[in-house]
Amino acid sequence: MRKDLQISNQEIVLHIKDLKKSFGDNHVLKGFNMNLYQGENLVIMGKSGSGKSVMIKCLVGLLEADSGLIRVMNKDITGLDQRALDILRADIGFLFQGSALYDSMTVRENLEFPLRRHKDKFDDNIDTEALVSEALENVGLLNAIDLMPSELSGGMKRRIALARTLILRPKIILYDEPTSGLDPITAKEIILLMQDIQKKYKTSSLIITHDVDCARAISDRMILLIDGIDYATGTFEELASNEDPKIKAFFKH
Amino acid sequence: MKGLQNIKSRILKFLIETGDIATFTSRFFSEVAKRPFEVKELLRQCYQMGNKSLLLVGITGFIIGLVLTLQTRPTLMEFGAESWMPSMVGISIVREIGPIITALVCAGRIGSGIGAELGSMRVTEQIDAMEVSGTNPFKYLVVTRVLAVTLMLPLLVLFGDAIALFGSYLVENLKGDVSFMLYFNKVFDALEFGDIIPATIKSFFFGLAIGIVGCYKGYNCKKGTEGVGKAANSAVVLTSLLLFVIDFIAVFVTDIFYDL
Ligand SMILES: Nc1ncnc2c1ncn2[C@@H]1O[C@H](COP(=O)(O)OP(=O)(O)OP(=O)(O)O)[C@@H](O)[C@H]1O
Ligand SMILES: [Mg+2]
Repeated sequence: MRKDLQISNQEIVLHIKDLKKSFGDNHVLKGFNMNLYQGENLVIMGKSGSGKSVMIKCLVGLLEADSGLIRVMNKDITGLDQRALDILRADIGFLFQGSALYDSMTVRENLEFPLRRHKDKFDDNIDTEALVSEALENVGLLNAIDLMPSELSGGMKRRIALARTLILRPKIILYDEPTSGLDPITAKEIILLMQDIQKKYKTSSLIITHDVDCARAISDRMILLIDGIDYATGTFEELASNEDPKIKAFFKH
Repeated sequence: MKGLQNIKSRILKFLIETGDIATFTSRFFSEVAKRPFEVKELLRQCYQMGNKSLLLVGITGFIIGLVLTLQTRPTLMEFGAESWMPSMVGISIVREIGPIITALVCAGRIGSGIGAELGSMRVTEQIDAMEVSGTNPFKYLVVTRVLAVTLMLPLLVLFGDAIALFGSYLVENLKGDVSFMLYFNKVFDALEFGDIIPATIKSFFFGLAIGIVGCYKGYNCKKGTEGVGKAANSAVVLTSLLLFVIDFIAVFVTDIFYDL
């Protein structure tokens, strides 16, 4: 576990300040703040419907924030045109809550899909085949290459989705509830995989979860998203021993 | 009072949706000409849509031709006018029945399919996933599908017309001993370009309506599994209604040209 002091010397790769987002009368985010430092694993916890998914969708420009500042690797995403946004997005991997594999494509085609527009990220003579195999090997599912998503189990889908986000070698990975809907053993495997990936590619990760075990295993630092704001920040141990009833509610079983 | 409120909010909802569809349509036209063109996906969609509806269009066309001829025969015979059968059936099928029946069948088959497919892609965040991986999902999913139906529908209409005429010929052949050559000579004598061109133009618009409404409903699908069902269902209902409106306008416009 790293200390806050050490972290604060490091470069900030994601920065959110005073983010607000409403849907009609439903004020979901009411001034959320966050920093993600280079190389760290930051876990965001919050109740279902608290706006965690909305927050990371604002982060990659899938949703437009009402107000607030969002900087990704020192670029303000609100001012970017489509091309610049696409280039920036190639550095951010996004693992969706339900895996979001393309149903009508095989695993191979799913993995090749991000390469369609981002070939320029690699040398001219890249071998698509090799990239796909490497990404699948990383998640241990090379033999599933010609299967359709409907033929995969939930855990396998999650791994393939992870392979698909890895194929562009992102510098930052956003995980939206990577272990939700999985049994504890499979969830454990996914967590181990995430740790392997972080070691291998030196990525910075933002992990959204309500799984306490996942948070304990992977977090360097945590933020609790309560009532639309960053209610509390700290290491797992600090927050778990906090006496505030709103915070306590997350950690008791 | 409550009833009045209800009607008011329904009218408002209808107007808002009409505006949304108009915006969606104009976005289609502005993106269709922009690079990059998703040619491979377009061809795949054309093939799939044609393949999916060919049998259905064929069967409905065949039955329509059969039934139309069987039911008109006695009346024409009463006046001793059964030799007019090929021209009458030919004109009514090519001008009106072929396009509208084919379009309705395709609204059920293709339109609902698009609504459900895009709807489930929206709900399971596949559309979001496409967007973050650098592919414009509107171009990749919507533009290709709308173009594919618009291009395929006139072809399917021609195919449906041909099968319907063949069905009609079979009845004539069995009941009135009319030969294949004689029957189709009479059909083509009766038909003019003035019948085929407007019908084909009309079919393009039918295809456009099926594609736009199906894609609009799916692309803007509400969360949850019932959202997908609703998208598919309302795509068919709205398209069917729209097809008759387009048909009415088309007949109206063609009529003006005939008068000139
Ligand atoms: N596109 C949208 N339109 C309208 N409301 C939305 C939209 N997306 C999210 N919301 C609303 O925003 C709130 C937060 O949703 P969000 O999906 O971010 O929750 P979450 O924290 O990710 O929950 P979960 O843990 O269940 O995934 C919910 O009340 C939801 O209804
Ligand atoms: Mg969520």
